[in-house]
Amino acid sequence: MNLTYTPEQEAFRAEVRAWLEANVPAQPLEHFDASREGFEQHREWERTLKSGDWGMVTWPKEYGGRGLDLIQWLIFEEEYYRAGAPGRVNQNGIFLFGPTLMEFGTHEQKARWLTGMANGDDIWAQAWSEPQAGSDLAAVRATAVRDGDEYVLNGHKIWSSRAVFADWAFGLFREPGSERHKGMSLIVFPLNAPGVTVNAIQKINGHVGFAEIFLEDVRVPAFNRIGDEGQGWHICMATAGFERGLMLRSPARYQVAAAKLAELYRANEATVDPAIKADVVRAWMNAEAYALSIYSTACRLIAGGKIGAEASTNKIFWSELDIHLHQTALNILGPKAEILPHAPDAGPVDTWLDDYIFALAGPIYAGSNEIQRNIIAERMLGLPR
Amino acid sequence: MDFTFSDEQRMFQETAQTLLGDTCAPEHLRQLLASGNPREDSRWNAIVETGLTLVLLPEEAGGIGLSEIDFLAIAEAAGYAALPEPLVESAGVAAPLLAAAGAGADVLADPTATIAIQHPINPFVADADTAAAIILVDGTDIHLVRREDVTLTRQESIDPFRRLFRVDWTPKAETKISSDPALLQDALDRAALFAAAQGLGLAQRCVNLAVDYAKERTQFGKPIGSYQAIKHHLATAQVKIEFARPVVQAAAADFANRDAQSRARISSAKFMALEAADVAARTAVQVHGGMGYTWEVDVHFFLKRTLGLTYTWGDPAFHRNRVAERMFTQPLGPDQTFAREVKNA
Repeated sequence: MNLTYTPEQEAFRAEVRAWLEANVPAQPLEHFDASREGFEQHREWERTLKSGDWGMVTWPKEYGGRGLDLIQWLIFEEEYYRAGAPGRVNQNGIFLFGPTLMEFGTHEQKARWLTGMANGDDIWAQAWSEPQAGSDLAAVRATAVRDGDEYVLNGHKIWSSRAVFADWAFGLFREPGSERHKGMSLIVFPLNAPGVTVNAIQKINGHVGFAEIFLEDVRVPAFNRIGDEGQGWHICMATAGFERGLMLRSPARYQVAAAKLAELYRANEATVDPAIKADVVRAWMNAEAYALSIYSTACRLIAGGKIGAEASTNKIFWSELDIHLHQTALNILGPKAEILPHAPDAGPVDTWLDDYIFALAGPIYAGSNEIQRNIIAERMLGLPR
Repeated sequence: MDFTFSDEQRMFQETAQTLLGDTCAPEHLRQLLASGNPREDSRWNAIVETGLTLVLLPEEAGGIGLSEIDFLAIAEAAGYAALPEPLVESAGVAAPLLAAAGAGADVLADPTATIAIQHPINPFVADADTAAAIILVDGTDIHLVRREDVTLTRQESIDPFRRLFRVDWTPKAETKISSDPALLQDALDRAALFAAAQGLGLAQRCVNLAVDYAKERTQFGKPIGSYQAIKHHLATAQVKIEFARPVVQAAAADFANRDAQSRARISSAKFMALEAADVAARTAVQVHGGMGYTWEVDVHFFLKRTLGLTYTWGDPAFHRNRVAERMFTQPLGPDQTFAREVKNA
């Protein structure tokens, strides 16, 4: 146990900080889910990141990464959020599908897709959920029928973040007639392929990047299947592990928000209810606890450990701390909490309301918190199904 | 950056868990209660023989000379067992204070002797009646006084194993061992840290008891543990434990820094671990239903210890204020997780 950075790690932090200071856009970009323009601004930013070789620091060099370890990744993320750099438009690619491909893809598949992911050329969406397959993901009905060296895909996918603007999707399809966890395969398809129709679903914040996807006789090469035929469920569960586990929500985002919350409280200390201070402190303690937990997990993984059902505890913890933190900010803003930033007399309300509304999705996506609690109860505590 | 435990640390953990698992099961707690004895001498002797009391004591004082992080698992195991004997306060808090003050060599040299400690933050002194000597505070002076030289008045706690006393005594020049406030600061920090570690153990014990019961108890023809209402209660408690644990561990690893950051981390650890224990204990009572409210089921031992430890060595408000102190005087942000105190920040 030694909770200090090595000189190499400190030097790495300085290098990241210097590059970000020189390159992060001075003006915030439009949100990538708000419009095509915002989306493309973020794609440009991904290319800028890649020009500095910061696309995906933990990936091997041959696939567009830097070959760094998880501690360096955490340092990179800390500096990234500290600098207020743009959100990662390709998060479904780099944090979810990328690690899956790294584990289950062939060399040819990795070479084909990881590089495009790391440099922003291919932005990815997830195509797992269906209208009748949400928490019960094994109820997926979309089909893949093998035809020579191609698959023919049919079905209806939904709740695909960014699919309106994205280039590719990774989807879960089943062999016709197969049941539940058997017979599913993970297959990727271009979102502009003939037979693909993408319809926007407007979110409660007005953003239109969210989508449902219809597939009608969409033909893709058999090369697009990741892992073995019928292994899709197993692979998806591994992806879900990355999602809940480490990568999707790195702690730095909450630590930055908690520091901002402390500033907001300080600026309004004279006028707000002193009882709010207890929540400000709790929000900061939670963010720190999450960071310490992720450092602990990262060190365990570096030492050869594996991430298991405890990934489900992460997802519950960050999603609930996020809502509590932002609700505390709204409590400080008081009567101004409901005012949108562009209202003429809004004053310095910042993005608290936006971020609060975004936080409300946390307990739902990436496997609802109810499902996570079932996983913890059954796999960590051993309660009967 | 290395957030993992050494083989030696895992060995202490196993030793403490095995020993207390064998000698401090709930039936042993009930036997001790029935006997009316203040402590179980055979268990205490077994603890002493394994060397658990020597971990934090410097080598020159006859100890093993290890650090707070090495004692962590021992305190956690004591919490898991709701150990009645003062292993944590005597060996984890009082003995290091005496060693640092260069005092009480005779008490430290007696392997089975325990030391009780008074602190301005607590109204009473725990386990003073079985202690060979008591560390007492008079203003800024720290004294070491033999038990025979004080008058003890028992203050009953809801936890029958927390033996609390008012100590009446007359300070004398020859019993004064120090007037260094850093010693009392260290005592508070060690005690809060190890209370947090006990909180982790208490919390996990409560979850485990409830899980065992929920697998056996059937209603509507099924084990109650198969219902999501029960599962989600227990999962919520387990999440609390999972995120208090790394804070407790980091607080132990940081202890020697003795700065605003390390103290805030100890306070976060105390706050979060005892809160986890509180949630777990109340969940365990709820999952046991009517049985959970009886003396017959063991949960109440752990609930009561949790209650005592929550309010001793700094209550939640005290520790939250120490965290606030660090938050509002030191830099915040994701690059500050492992940073050290900046003067005049």
